[in-house]
Amino acid sequence: MNFKHKFVFLFPGLFVLIGILIFPIIFTIRLSLSGWNSYTPEMNFIGITNYIRLFTDDPRFWESFFRLSFLSVTTVILQYVIGFALAMMVWREIKFKRFFRVIFLVPMMTTPVIMTVIWRTFFHESLGPVNDLLGGLGVKPILWLSDPVIAKFTVIIVEVWQWTPFMFLLLLAGLLSLPKEPFLAAAIDGASPFRKFVYVTFPLMAPISIGAIIIRLIEASKIMDTVFVLTSGGPGTATETSSFYIYIKGLREFQMGYAATLSFTYLVIMIISLTIIAKVLTKLMIKE
Amino acid sequence: MKMKTIKTCVTALISALLVFSPVAYADKWSDQFPHIKNTGDIPGECSYEAMSKKNYKGKTLKINTHAVPVMGEPTALHAEQFAKLTGAKVDVTHTPAGDLYAKAMVPFQAGQAPYDIVFGFSNFINDWRRYLEPVPKKYVEMKQMKDVTPSHIGVASWDGVMYQFPVDGDRHYLKYRKDVIDNPKYQKQYKEATGKELKVPTTWKEYGEMAAYFNGWDWDGDGEKEYGSAEVMKKDDLMYAAFYSRSAAYSKNPKTPGGFFFDLETMTPLINNPGFVEALTDWVAATKYVPPGGINFGLGDEIGSFGGGQTLFSFSWDDAFVAAMQPDSPINNKVGAAQLPGATKVWNRKTNSWDEGFNQAPFFVWGWAVGVAKKSKEHEMAFDYLCFFANEANHQADIGIGRFGVNPFRDADFQADVWTQIGWDKDIAQSYVDTLAEMEKSKNRVFPLRVPGTFEFNAALATAAAKALAGQLSPQAALDEAAKQWNDILNRVGKDNVRKAYAVGVAMEDNKQ
Repeated sequence: MNFKHKFVFLFPGLFVLIGILIFPIIFTIRLSLSGWNSYTPEMNFIGITNYIRLFTDDPRFWESFFRLSFLSVTTVILQYVIGFALAMMVWREIKFKRFFRVIFLVPMMTTPVIMTVIWRTFFHESLGPVNDLLGGLGVKPILWLSDPVIAKFTVIIVEVWQWTPFMFLLLLAGLLSLPKEPFLAAAIDGASPFRKFVYVTFPLMAPISIGAIIIRLIEASKIMDTVFVLTSGGPGTATETSSFYIYIKGLREFQMGYAATLSFTYLVIMIISLTIIAKVLTKLMIKE
Repeated sequence: MKMKTIKTCVTALISALLVFSPVAYADKWSDQFPHIKNTGDIPGECSYEAMSKKNYKGKTLKINTHAVPVMGEPTALHAEQFAKLTGAKVDVTHTPAGDLYAKAMVPFQAGQAPYDIVFGFSNFINDWRRYLEPVPKKYVEMKQMKDVTPSHIGVASWDGVMYQFPVDGDRHYLKYRKDVIDNPKYQKQYKEATGKELKVPTTWKEYGEMAAYFNGWDWDGDGEKEYGSAEVMKKDDLMYAAFYSRSAAYSKNPKTPGGFFFDLETMTPLINNPGFVEALTDWVAATKYVPPGGINFGLGDEIGSFGGGQTLFSFSWDDAFVAAMQPDSPINNKVGAAQLPGATKVWNRKTNSWDEGFNQAPFFVWGWAVGVAKKSKEHEMAFDYLCFFANEANHQADIGIGRFGVNPFRDADFQADVWTQIGWDKDIAQSYVDTLAEMEKSKNRVFPLRVPGTFEFNAALATAAAKALAGQLSPQAALDEAAKQWNDILNRVGKDNVRKAYAVGVAMEDNKQ
């Protein structure tokens, strides 16, 4: 029997895969080897010149990358802790359980750009209500967006507010799918709620937790809209992240070739680092 | 009897207004288009009357412009009027300022013309001109164009060819609170506290001293704290323009022609010389007298802050001043205009030392500009629209609305009457037009950088200056970093390419054009 015709059935999927995944990546690689910019509007070939520039003469990209690492790791840890706590809360039989489940999801359903504009208004140092409120309590105005250190934490606050519900949703789904027997056994053994969490809930939730953390890390590492609207990467370059920097190089300064170099390098770094993170998390959280 | 007397008086008053007032026009066009109610239609090649005779029925004009309101609102308004008059269909797309360049550039480079008309900034000219249709001779020679100041003809042209249709004129100048600076009580108080006169500052040092004194207390009695100065300090929001304004007095030396940004002969970046460093040092000090959060102020924040009565000083485009002078402004008729402050010394790059003595240099900053895509199939309609946009009636109405972002660029705009007619006090109107006119007369002007890679140069400078303002680097270290990046950009773009383009701007600065 000739099974060659079976490959025909693969073509539609393969075609879509090539069209939406492979082609853009190959095009980006080709673009990264060109000097396309506002004054050389063509896909010329300049070899690895852009890569040499990136690795030898662009500290700003690496600074933005390390800043991004700090922001994404911090926000995801906070989202995980808060999301887990909220999921645990509505997992139990409490009053208005359904109401809380919906309320906790609201931030995720809002438009990030619009919400960031609202947060920016809240944190406006001279006109915003947050400093007014603190002033009423006798606290000096805080430079939420103007101090290089505090501005980073302001970005973290907004990101945590926006995306903790996503973590909450995944973890709640995980909790609801857990088998009941281990909990019954722990109850019969007289385990305290703390021991139940440490020895039963947390280990059982580990695979889901790893998945949720990785998904959020991938998303958090693309942080752009919050930074763009809230601080524009400032003050100075204090909140500039890799994606914002790539945006500036590509669409503000129109260095398309160099921006492609940054994008491709960033993609490779992310694939490697997320693979390592997933392995480390698996080792730490899942005991054989 | 009493009623009859009142009626007679009212009739007499209305008649007098109609006969004697130059503003109370009513014609068939202002009835249909209330935007021009103050002047009515003004005869000209692109007047309402003239446009009504054109027939563009069945044709579509596509425009990419800025977001509403600044420039986006007048574009849409005049598009609607143009459509009514000519029968054309006009599609207007609104784009944020930061994306205007790329939104036009991507299709330009791909050989497409999704927009017949593209709005942007005047310093895009060098990158865009190869994709723009030069303004046809018949428009260049029109009466309304003859009134455009030579500076703004220069800004809209490249090597004598006009690529951008003048719709806006821009420069940076000082705005101050007249009710404070001219207030005898505060003059006495300031003298007692500092031993110095409170007057319109003529140097940046005076500006800083006064701003610091009037910072953080309620000097206008509204129950809120006021501050020294509102400035555009946000990195990606035209802050480099504010820095050039502050640098001009220290670095534009009339004795050393041949470049403000670069030495035209050697193409050495000048932005880290002691003149620029002094300006950045002043600017870092200014972070102490701006409102809380002022280090993140973009242009909109600056307009809102000064226009809302929050600060003593401001300097940038006209918009903040015009907004402050609108009838609904809390500081209507309480503001004054003056030239940008100067300095008591200016850097001489030939002798490598400071030249002592007063120096001042107006900055003809870039502003809104608009061109017609070469690949457009609707050149005639597109130029007619632009000509209509800037016709005398529309122009006079537009310049009085702060949020429109349309600022004076015609000799006729420098008449105080134009402004008193819309409710400005006479002395304020006079100081405003005198300030603008003096800038036109100056022989020590700075024009914007318009070379290949302009965006890269300005972005590198803005990033470095922002680092200094945020305390991440010292002014000297920040500008050294910017100068190094400028050298890298020069190497990428090619020194000769940049020199060739830069020479055009230098010729304007050196009064050779």
